[in-house]
Amino acid sequence: MTATNEQGLQQIATIIEQNQTLPGAMLPILHAIQNDLSFIPSNALPLIAKALNVSKAEVHGVISFYHHFRTKEPGTHVIEICRGESCQAMGSRALEENIKQSLSIDYHQTSKDRQYTLEPVYCLGNCACSPAIRIGNDIHGELDQQKFEQILASLNTYSLELT
Amino acid sequence: MNHSPSDNSSMPLASRKIFVSLDTTARSRGSDKVAIQVKNILNSQPELAATLVRNGSRGMFWLEPLLEINTPKGRVAYGPVKPEDINDIINLQCFDDAVKHPLCLGLTEELPWFKSQQRLTFARVGIIDPIDIDDYINHGGFVGLSNAFAKTAQQLVDEVKESGLRGRGGAAFPTGIKWQTVLNEPEQQKYIVCNADEGDSGTFADRMLMEGDPLVLVEGMIIAGLSVGADQGYIYLRSEYPQAHDILNKAISNAKAAGYLGNNICGTEHSFHLEVRLGAGAYICGEETSLLESLEGKRGLVRAKPPLPAIEGLFGQPTVVNNVISLASVPYILSHGGASYRDFGMGRSRGTLPIQLAGNIAQGGLVELAFGISLNELLQQYGNGCKSKRAMRSVQVGGPLGAYLPADQWDTALDYEEFASIGAVLGHGGIVVFDDTVDMAAQARFAMEFCEVESCGKCTPCRIGAVRGVEVIDKIISNESDEKQRQDSVNLLHDLCDTMEFGSLCAMGGMTPFPVRSALKYFPDDFLPQPLTEKAQ
Repeated sequence: MTATNEQGLQQIATIIEQNQTLPGAMLPILHAIQNDLSFIPSNALPLIAKALNVSKAEVHGVISFYHHFRTKEPGTHVIEICRGESCQAMGSRALEENIKQSLSIDYHQTSKDRQYTLEPVYCLGNCACSPAIRIGNDIHGELDQQKFEQILASLNTYSLELT
Repeated sequence: MNHSPSDNSSMPLASRKIFVSLDTTARSRGSDKVAIQVKNILNSQPELAATLVRNGSRGMFWLEPLLEINTPKGRVAYGPVKPEDINDIINLQCFDDAVKHPLCLGLTEELPWFKSQQRLTFARVGIIDPIDIDDYINHGGFVGLSNAFAKTAQQLVDEVKESGLRGRGGAAFPTGIKWQTVLNEPEQQKYIVCNADEGDSGTFADRMLMEGDPLVLVEGMIIAGLSVGADQGYIYLRSEYPQAHDILNKAISNAKAAGYLGNNICGTEHSFHLEVRLGAGAYICGEETSLLESLEGKRGLVRAKPPLPAIEGLFGQPTVVNNVISLASVPYILSHGGASYRDFGMGRSRGTLPIQLAGNIAQGGLVELAFGISLNELLQQYGNGCKSKRAMRSVQVGGPLGAYLPADQWDTALDYEEFASIGAVLGHGGIVVFDDTVDMAAQARFAMEFCEVESCGKCTPCRIGAVRGVEVIDKIISNESDEKQRQDSVNLLHDLCDTMEFGSLCAMGGMTPFPVRSALKYFPDDFLPQPLTEKAQ
C-alpha cells in the first residue's frame, strides 16, 4: 500500500467528516477517497477505522474484498477489459492478449510510463455490442485491436465533452 | 395521402424535438458525437426552433446512434447515423414528414422488431427524457402511485400477489409473498432495497431501465414502501454503471424537488427517502444477503438463511430486497391492475420478461415480451442469427451461472418451469449467443475460473471447489492425460459439481456446475484432447 501526503490526508479527513454519520458509511467513504485521490492510501486506514469505530484490520478487509478498490496509485488511464461471456463470444480472449502485449503489462499492472493501468472487469452491461472496455467513465464497444489503438491515440490528444 | 382539413400536418414549434440516446450502449456507438452535431445545427439555424432530447434507448442497438424526429405521424427514425449524416437529415421539412434519406427507417414504432414487443415495464424507455418529471407524468407516470395512496398496505400487497409477479433478478420468488412477510412484521424501521447489482454477463435490462426511465423505479420503490410500511429505500448500484449512477441521482433529486420523495410525499402522511449506494465490483454482492452486508459497510460475505432478509435484513430490520425490473413493474400493476399484468404470460410465469439478446448476435438489444416465446424465435426473428454470419452453436441463458444450451434445446419456451425442467435457468433473461468457433471446454473452465475470482470465500465447496474445478478441467483437456486418467477426471468433476451444488451456501457455488455440466453433456467432443494447433484456431 502507498501512503499519501499531508494534503491528501486533509482531503481524507474532510471526506470522513462528511460521510461518517451515514448508515453503512464504509463504502461511501472508500469510494469518495478513491474518486478524489485515485486510490486508497495506507495512512487513510487508521482515520477511517477511528471514525467508524472498527479496527484497521476490518477496514483493510473491506478494501481487499472489493475488486474496485485499489491501494496503489494507478496510471493516468485505467483500462478495464470486460471478461464476461458475451465479450468472449465476440473475441475478447484474443483482444485481451493483444492489449496486454501492446501495453506490455498484465492485469493489475501499470505501464512503465505510468500512463495505463490494466484491470479485468466482469461485465460492463454493453453486451449487445461486445467486446467492451471501460476507460475512466467511458465505455467502448465492438472493439478490435485497431479501434483500441485509435482510442488510445485519442486519449493522448483531446477529450470530448458534451455540455 | 389523405389529409382531412382538421389534420394538423405540421408540428407546432414548441413540440419540435430531436431525440438522441444517452444510453451507455448508444454512447459506446457514438451517440454523444451525434448529439453535439445536432446541437451545433440547432444553434446555427435558430429558425428550426427545435430542442434536443437525450432519451434512453429503444433497445435496437445495431441501429444506434438512432436519431428520432417527432412529426405529426409519430417519431421518424434514422440510423445508425454518424455526425456527418445529420446535416442532410435536419431541415424545416423533417418535422412534417420522413426525410428521404438512405438512413431513414420510417416510423420508429412501426419497425417490426419494436412493434411486436409487449412493453409494459419498458413502456417509456427510449421515449421520454429520463429525468424530466413532467415528461414522466405526461406518459402515464405516477398514476400507480396515486392509486396506491387510496389503498391500504394490505390491499397493495394483494394487488401485487394478484399480478403473479415473480422476482426478475433470477430467483423468481413471488414478490407479493415477500412483501407480505415484511408487512406482517410489527411496525418498526423497515427498508426497501433495490438490487441493481446486475452482474450477469449478457444482461443490461436494469441498466437500460435506470438510464431510460429511472423514475419508474423510484415510483415502484415508493409503492413498495407504502405496501410494507418502510420509509427508507436504497438502490444498490454496481460501480460498473457510471451513466446509470449519474442519471439515477439526477432523477432522485428531481423527484425530491417535486415532492415525490422526502417527508409527507405528495402532501400525504407518508414519507419515503431514497439513496443510491455504489457497489465496488464484487459479483457476489448481487446475492441479496451479500448485498445487505455490503450496504452495511462490510465485506460482501453471504449470510446463512434463515433468518430471511424479510425478517432480519438491512441493519437487522425487516427488508424487501427486489431486483430493478421487479420494482419497476409495480407501477404498471398499480395503474392497470394486477389482473391486467397477470393476463400476460404462461403457466406460473406471469407478465412480461425483458429479454436481452447479447454476444454474437446480429441484432442485439432488448425485447420485452410475455413469457412463452421460444428461444428459437428470439434468436432468429429478433436476433437475426450470429453477428459473425457463422452458424450458431451454443447459447447461455441466465448469466454466468446458467446452462449452455445446444440447438436441439432452443425450442424451449421462456418460462421459469420449462427452463427448470431441462436443467437450465431463465435468470435475469440474458441470452448470450456463441457461433461455431466456440470452445465449450474453455467456457466450462471459465465458469470455474469466474467462481474462483468472485467467490466470497465463506463456504468451502465454492471457495475451494472452484479452484479444484479449474485444475480438473485442465486435466481433462490436457493432451498428456491418457484415456483412463481423462475418464477419472471427468468422474471427479461430476463429483465436485455435486459437492458444490448441494454443499454451497448460495447460488454462486451452487449453480456454477450448471454451465460446466451442460457444456460437458451437450458438447463432449470439445473436451477431447485435440492437437494444439487445432485447438488454437
